[in-house]
Amino acid sequence: MIPEIGHFALIMALVVSVVLTVLPLLGATFSNERWVALAKPAARMQLLFMLLAYGCLTYAFITFDFSVRYVASTSHSSLPLLYRISGVWGAHEGSLLLWALILSLWMGAVTVFSRSIPRVMLARVLGVMGFVAVGFLLFLLVTSNPFERLIPAPADGRSLNPLLQDPGLAIHPPMLYMGYVGFSVAFAFAVAAMLGGKLDAAWTRWVRPWTNIAWMFLTLGIALGSWWAYYELGWGGWWFWDPVENASLMPWLVGTALIHSLAVSEKRGAFKAWTVLLAVFAFSLSLLGTFLVRSGVLTSVHAFASDPGRGLFILLFLATVVGLSLTLYAFRADRFKSDVSFQLFSRETGLLLNNVILVVMTATVLLGTLYPLVLDALGVGKLSVGPPYFNSVMVPLGIPLVIVMGLGVLLRWKRDSISRLGTDLALLVIIAVGVGLLFSLLLHYDWEGYDWEGMAAIGLIMAVWIAVTTLFWVWKQKRTASVWGAALAHAGMAIMIIGISLTSLYSSEKDIRLSAGQQYQLAGYDFQFQGVKKVSDVSYDAYQGIVDISRNGQPVSHLEPQKRVYRVQTMPMTEAGIDAGLFRDLFVALGEPLEGDAWSLRVYHKPFIRWIWLGAILMAVGGILAAGDRRYRLKVEGRSHA
Amino acid sequence: MLKYFVPLGAFLLLVALLAVGLKLDPREVPSPFIGKPAPAIEAVQLDAAAGTFSSTSLKGKVWLLNVWASWCGECQREHPVLTELVQGQNLTAVGLNYKDAASDANRWLAQFGNPFTSIVADPQGKVGLDWGVYGTPETFIIDQQGIIRYKHIGPMSQKAVTEKILPLLAELRNGGKP
Amino acid sequence: MTPVRKKRLWLILALVLGVGVSAALVLQAFNQNMMFYYSPKDIKAGQAPANHDFRVGGLVVAGTVKRDPSSLDVHFDVTDLTETVTVKYTGILPDLFREGQGIIARGRLLPDGVVEAAEVLAKHDENYMPPEVADSLPHKPAEEAQ
Repeated sequence: MIPEIGHFALIMALVVSVVLTVLPLLGATFSNERWVALAKPAARMQLLFMLLAYGCLTYAFITFDFSVRYVASTSHSSLPLLYRISGVWGAHEGSLLLWALILSLWMGAVTVFSRSIPRVMLARVLGVMGFVAVGFLLFLLVTSNPFERLIPAPADGRSLNPLLQDPGLAIHPPMLYMGYVGFSVAFAFAVAAMLGGKLDAAWTRWVRPWTNIAWMFLTLGIALGSWWAYYELGWGGWWFWDPVENASLMPWLVGTALIHSLAVSEKRGAFKAWTVLLAVFAFSLSLLGTFLVRSGVLTSVHAFASDPGRGLFILLFLATVVGLSLTLYAFRADRFKSDVSFQLFSRETGLLLNNVILVVMTATVLLGTLYPLVLDALGVGKLSVGPPYFNSVMVPLGIPLVIVMGLGVLLRWKRDSISRLGTDLALLVIIAVGVGLLFSLLLHYDWEGYDWEGMAAIGLIMAVWIAVTTLFWVWKQKRTASVWGAALAHAGMAIMIIGISLTSLYSSEKDIRLSAGQQYQLAGYDFQFQGVKKVSDVSYDAYQGIVDISRNGQPVSHLEPQKRVYRVQTMPMTEAGIDAGLFRDLFVALGEPLEGDAWSLRVYHKPFIRWIWLGAILMAVGGILAAGDRRYRLKVEGRSHA
Repeated sequence: MLKYFVPLGAFLLLVALLAVGLKLDPREVPSPFIGKPAPAIEAVQLDAAAGTFSSTSLKGKVWLLNVWASWCGECQREHPVLTELVQGQNLTAVGLNYKDAASDANRWLAQFGNPFTSIVADPQGKVGLDWGVYGTPETFIIDQQGIIRYKHIGPMSQKAVTEKILPLLAELRNGGKP
Repeated sequence: MTPVRKKRLWLILALVLGVGVSAALVLQAFNQNMMFYYSPKDIKAGQAPANHDFRVGGLVVAGTVKRDPSSLDVHFDVTDLTETVTVKYTGILPDLFREGQGIIARGRLLPDGVVEAAEVLAKHDENYMPPEVADSLPHKPAEEAQ
């Protein structure tokens, strides 16, 4: 009975979304006040139905209702409560339901925090989001109904993919979706502005906090995914340039560009058409990501059941949403011409360069991700574009980006001169180069004895450059919440750059063969293998290796990496043993049993890897801080215009 | 102004590309085995009491080989379609229990029903390798002369059954005339 | 030309130059890092490049996985059911590597016709193998790689 209620709620949500799309948008065009007024209650009612539907599916999971096909294929009677709740988004149908629910949550949030927004604008924003909701709800109901029954009901389910039975991954998809779907708010505002034909500073003040919050979630979601891949896949890497990862990186890059271009639009009234285009792109790339992951057109290490029929639906939907908004853009963009000019040497130019570099980065990722598909489509051959491509492109693009990042905050709006900045700039450059070099030499001579690497020195100089310019900027500024937010986000970037450069350059890894009692030295640490014992848990049996790590005779850590076999799926899984630290991780993964009591093991020494995720967390905190700036909450006077 | 149409044009190009990409269905692959004699099977049955299974015993019959495993979710999805096909056509159906544990397989059959006439146990996947099995589920149709006439990769859909399998069965039973 | 226009021209020139340079960079990196996929049959036919990484895929032939007892060297045969090539790898194989399973190896061709793999991948998904492997098994003709 409960699943039927859920199914019904989903249908009702679709009906309400259709109403929400049609009436307020028409009302806004034909000045029908009553239709415009419908937007808010309709959006809230839609949220109510979505909550009901989602609650019903969660209930089916918690109560082990295996007569629901989706529950039977993703749950099992041995799953603990946490993974029954997170199992709801453990596969295709449920994650789409979560996607749709999050969209409704964003719509609900818009209705709550909309006091300063003119009603016609609000009606358009909610109408556009309602349109997106119609697409996703249709997709759910037509191709991927999570409430479909399985009669007769099996005695037990097939269980959740063991890879997903992990707290890190349990919260990764909701975070990522909050980010993806969050860009729909900026998108809806952009479309609403195009429909209304007007884009002013007030508009940017409505959009900025929403964009920041969506960006924050996306940052956290990507970081969580990277962290999960690091410890759960047992590969010890933190980024693989896998199509699924690229799909989430592209909206992030464009979203970052959007945040900066919005700043120009707000402060200077420039870049308006460009801002609108970026808002459309950020959400389009989120949809494209969903398409790539769900349609199976690309080979990915991520195992999502893929289905061309579903892919076709998403493609049509993508074409409709993005095609319509870009057509609208083609006809309306010339209304957003900038009425101001700026000098070559100004903050506007800095932010323009930031945007150009970020967009070029997005394009290179898109090219590398889609090119194999292009060749396949043309029948030329099958190929893949490996991580070296992305690395060799992103590094040279990243360096100018970082230089501009530091310069941009120093420059004044509209016009600036080298003579004004002269001494300060020279000082900051000297500090950055000096301190960066000093650190790189310290790493070499005094502390860890790493080889001196030019790239490490460059990475450190870049990081210090961002840090000192940010500090200088904060010192000279009126310190509002958005200044603090931007400063934190930039500082996060500095920390992440340190993590990325030092991890990439100084990691050591080795596949080794050890018998019980043997030891191996890596990066000054002695890994002593004590043998393997068998252990069991509720859902798996495992071999557990015992590895003691010492340095210069002093014990450092005791790790117990596991090789698990999950009983229900008979799927083997490597659970690495990690000794985490601020300056280095020690990582041991169990390979396979060899002759006698020997095993193959993979050992890593990963310096500064935590700084990557630490930086991401700082950026996210910066994002939310900036979103809370007082000026976004001020009521806009004179709401007469639409 | 014309420049504002650039994003739209670029996007339309992308959509066209993705549409072509979608058509390239990785599962739509002609098997090199079609039209060739089916590899002989001499193997233990899942029901150990039933002894060994030999494919020579099926000579002169039209039969179906379905590769499945209890760990395979898609098999569960195609199961109703398969059962209906086998029972509706009164077809000899051999199951190839691929890389599976006997206890799991039996539990699965008890749960979902057993449409098979006999089931070959292939815990190591050796028979599967002979037949060029890529994964589960897969379904083969073999004619009276022991020639593989059809292969379906992935879960069988009702559409594949009505459009491909039923006409083929009718043709085979009619002595090769459509 | 007014000074404003002149400056704008410079800006545009700089941008075009920047984007041009990065496009050149991207394309160069692209050409160096494209990895074509070859089936064992292609390799036997001599199509695989001798001094460039490529990917090979197929089913692991049962009974051919041989580990060196004293090191982490491992040999196994990969087949597309037409031809078979031997792959040599040093290190730990992925969790889902099994006999009969579809895998993809990245590496280069040694003079003796053995592929020395730097990386071996097995798909997470148990139900299906990587599309490239599935495609190459019943070999498609005219898959020329330049």
